[in-house]
Amino acid sequence: MQTTSIHFKANARRALADESLQRSLTRMRVGFQHKRAAAAAKLPEFETLRDEARDLKDHVLEHLDFYLEAFEAKVKEQGGHVHWARDAAEARQIILDICQAVNARTVTKGKSMISEEIGLNEHLQAHGLTPIETDLGEYIIQLRQEHPSHIIAPALHLHKEDVAETFHQHHAQYGLTRKLSQAPELLSEARQVLRSQFLAADVGITGANFCVVETGSTVIVTNEGNGDLTQTLPKVHIALTSIDKLAPTLDDVTLLLRVLVRSATGQEASVYTTFSSGPRRADDLDGPEQFHVVLLDNGRSAMLGTEFQDMLRCIRCGACMNHCPVYGAVGGHAYGWVYPGPMGAVLTPQMTGIEQAGHLPNASTFCGRCEAVCPVRIPLPKLMRHWREHEFQRHLSPRSVRYGVRAWAFAVRRPALYQRLSGLGAWLLKRLARGRGRLSRLPLAGGWTAGRDLPAPSGQTFQQQWRQRGGHR
Amino acid sequence: MSTARDAILTTLRRQLKRGSLADEPRQRLQHRLQHPPRHTIPQRGLVPHSEQVNLFIQMAERADASVQRLSTAAAIPAAVADYLHRHNLPSELIVAPDPSVAELPWSEHPSMRLRIGAAQDQDKVSVSPAFAGIAETGTLMVLSGAHTPTTLNFLPDAHIVVLPAPQIVGCYEEAWQRLREHAVAMPRTVNLITGPSRSADIEQTLQLGAHGPIHLHIVIVDPSM
Repeated sequence: MQTTSIHFKANARRALADESLQRSLTRMRVGFQHKRAAAAAKLPEFETLRDEARDLKDHVLEHLDFYLEAFEAKVKEQGGHVHWARDAAEARQIILDICQAVNARTVTKGKSMISEEIGLNEHLQAHGLTPIETDLGEYIIQLRQEHPSHIIAPALHLHKEDVAETFHQHHAQYGLTRKLSQAPELLSEARQVLRSQFLAADVGITGANFCVVETGSTVIVTNEGNGDLTQTLPKVHIALTSIDKLAPTLDDVTLLLRVLVRSATGQEASVYTTFSSGPRRADDLDGPEQFHVVLLDNGRSAMLGTEFQDMLRCIRCGACMNHCPVYGAVGGHAYGWVYPGPMGAVLTPQMTGIEQAGHLPNASTFCGRCEAVCPVRIPLPKLMRHWREHEFQRHLSPRSVRYGVRAWAFAVRRPALYQRLSGLGAWLLKRLARGRGRLSRLPLAGGWTAGRDLPAPSGQTFQQQWRQRGGHR
Repeated sequence: MSTARDAILTTLRRQLKRGSLADEPRQRLQHRLQHPPRHTIPQRGLVPHSEQVNLFIQMAERADASVQRLSTAAAIPAAVADYLHRHNLPSELIVAPDPSVAELPWSEHPSMRLRIGAAQDQDKVSVSPAFAGIAETGTLMVLSGAHTPTTLNFLPDAHIVVLPAPQIVGCYEEAWQRLREHAVAMPRTVNLITGPSRSADIEQTLQLGAHGPIHLHIVIVDPSM
């Protein structure tokens, strides 16, 4: 996927002016936030479970090499195959090879963000295969040749009128020419069209929310049942996942599921949580004849043991973006790559380079809501700050920022000078405000005042006021 | 053979600042895999069995499943006939080969036509047994196997599941423990099912009946009734 993270500012400006997108985002904020809060309130143990989920993921990361090898052995023991991919290109090639080995023509797909991360659909198409997304949201945006704007609600940016228009355009080939307007009719038509695709597919590709070491299982969590039809009907099931998704035991994955579902959609349980272990057994009446797991690294192993290790705890629930004021204002596409919101602001620089994605960790007010709702308590603001530090150290920040920070650092190390300068600044800003209490224009801060007024200071610094009140240390 | 595998494992160990794990920690982890430690289990499921049955029904209904209680399995065919009639569903059934459902007195209801095996596209109503019911969230645990094909859970419009009350447990952990005791190896597929299929991908508005069943009907057989 083409990354446009470098144009975040322009993307964001466009998103803010997009009235249709703004309506969608308003709907999202109300829906997701209320549902999560209600689900958390119904489970008194929720906060304890979050602590335990964090500790469990830390335990797995500390022993990741052991658990990966043990998982691989268990999958093989049951007749499955495990493939390791260092990067996107290797993963794409592995999957293409599996498809070509069975002369596949059509491939149905369950929802997978890793598939987006490696640009799988484009690759399969370029080699003559037809990938068909079967999650309703993914299906809609595939027809529209768009990318997901949210990791669990890919078509969040669209309205039912958009979907109706898209289906009207693409479903005529199946003799479905009636223009629909209601969501239930649209869903029912997608069900009808995709049913024949499920039955005809040669290979089914799903993601995996978790990989269970104890049983050699990959786990998918869905509501539609599309992932299950994708992996049950074709001859070959490929589970595409990454090395950070391991849970040692069934009890461990249960803990993660309890916090995942409530943080994501606010459900008590997703409709379908499915454990897949190996291919169909000798006497099974259905199920795939081949089972492949693709384990993708793509920069994850390099995060281990660094200040970014905590990010590897992420279970992709989407709560951080659902509660982020920046995501809520500009939506997912503005972030310019696969993963948006706070988790994307940490992952994207790792995967596409800080040179490309430097804007993302800067597009945060550090309000801390993402960390407050994260089911595995990832300190997202801290991780974004680490990226800002990297950017600064590598001289990638804009010149104004670098000189500004350097000038500030010079002053702040000299308290007398700093007090003199800040006193002067406070006095000056008060004078400039001319008693109105606010500044609508300010030299060198046009970017800030273009969209809002700057509240004027009272004319004295905190330390001056503190001294006047007779305060002392 | 696998250079990517070696490269990834090497990077992981380098980042963890150690080599391959020594025997002692390795054995500790093996032991942990064989004796899974329990995490906090929500209190709501840890109640006497009769209350677990009630909680299961309440949670399943909240997830839009319909639930019916019968005191004997022999009453299932009549209950199914009635369910199909009420929902205007065709009286052709695809039934799991498992004796617990295949050998019910279906012939007493000649209006219903029966096929036994895996589901196909044209099948509209399926009947299959559940391995467990999990009260905590009203969730069914359904296993794949020679007598319980997975397609029954997904292809038909209506899925009727038979669940003996003694197989209802309070929490997931209990169901996993029963599975470990029941099966030598993990079945190809374990489905945890909570309500009928749904999607909220259009305008965040929940619609029932996406790609899986539109109706999920659970028949609890409870001899204590």
